Amino acid sequence: MASEQGGLTEYIQHHLTHLTLHASKGWFWAVHIDSITVSLALGVLFCFLFWLKARKATAGVPGRGQAFVEIVLEFVDGQVKDVFHGDRRVLGPLALTVFAWVFLMNAMDLLPVDLLPWITEQFGIGHFRAVPTADVNMTFAMSLTVFVLIIFYSFKAKGFGGYMHELFTAPFGANPLLWIPNFLLNIVELVSKPVSLAMRLFGNMYAGELVFMLIAGLFSAGSWWLYGMGIIGYTVWGIFHILIIGIQAFIFMVLTIVYISMAHDHH
Amino acid sequence: MDFNATLIGEMLSFAILIWFCVHFIWPHLNKAIEDRQVKIAEGLNAAERAHAELREADTKVAAEIKVARQQAGEIIDRAQQQGNQIIEKARAEAVTEINRLKAAAQDDIASMAQRARDQLRDQVGALALQGASKIVQREVDASTHKLLLDQLAAEI
Repeated sequence: MASEQGGLTEYIQHHLTHLTLHASKGWFWAVHIDSITVSLALGVLFCFLFWLKARKATAGVPGRGQAFVEIVLEFVDGQVKDVFHGDRRVLGPLALTVFAWVFLMNAMDLLPVDLLPWITEQFGIGHFRAVPTADVNMTFAMSLTVFVLIIFYSFKAKGFGGYMHELFTAPFGANPLLWIPNFLLNIVELVSKPVSLAMRLFGNMYAGELVFMLIAGLFSAGSWWLYGMGIIGYTVWGIFHILIIGIQAFIFMVLTIVYISMAHDHH
Repeated sequence: MDFNATLIGEMLSFAILIWFCVHFIWPHLNKAIEDRQVKIAEGLNAAERAHAELREADTKVAAEIKVARQQAGEIIDRAQQQGNQIIEKARAEAVTEINRLKAAAQDDIASMAQRARDQLRDQVGALALQGASKIVQREVDASTHKLLLDQLAAEI
């Protein structure tokens, strides 16, 4: 039905609109309240849960909660240990934070796509996007933080002179004629890291959210048969999405570790 | 946005998703947690047991050392006692031997003295007889005066 098509487009457009606070005129001075609220809440939730279990951790037989925290911690630490052979006191917790936070934010995708917007609507808030990682601001915020850490550890591990030397002489050689090509290539490589990190996560979660919305469109298609298909499709995509949630969180964590450990390597 | 069938459908799907998690995802996670708890409990138990065994072995060793020391002490005591007994016995034997030898020597001395005295007496008797016969200038019939001579000899 053509009229329904317009309805679906409107529905999706409505759902893809952030709860935005415009502090001033222009595109820059705006804040996505929904992304910030949800990510902050999930970050606090993660910190609180892990703090609660870590505070009461015993050397004896762990309780269920402690065992779970230990399993997550061991898993993340194992990943860091495999890639990075240095002091893990910063990189370990960083990887854990990245993994847990991204995982929780991705998991918001599993909530019914209309649930949080419907709840907020009761309080008079029209737009609300539940998945912070489907917001390009959020993924770039994390990847640019990683980028800053890459630069920081590059300087820290190699010194200013060493890093500059590497930027201008690797990978082609130390010939002065090659300085500019080397430098340009290194800049491209460096910049590609946060861009690919952010875009991969954003793309996956945005597309996932979009598929949820498209399937949800079946619910308002007006026939019971399509309604049943909608329920099946929504569930199947949800189950499949559990995998994507974990994998994307894992990839973000592993690439963060790899990039930072590469910053420690000398060429 | 209106509350409509969309939200109901999504909630139904969500319920199925939760059911799926409860049946197919949570058990694995749960098993991992329980396995870990069991593993840690077993490890701690094993350590505890090993500790207890070590302590038991320590006490056993200490007890055995004590017994061995006691036995060694007893053996030394007995050996000393035996040594003392042997020395005592040897001393007693030596004393009896000495006494026996002393007694034998004394007997010898006594008999030799007796013999010497007898000889001397006989000789004195003979000398006296000779002297007397010289004095009386005649032969004294030894048989006649035997009684007299013997009496004399006994007096000497």
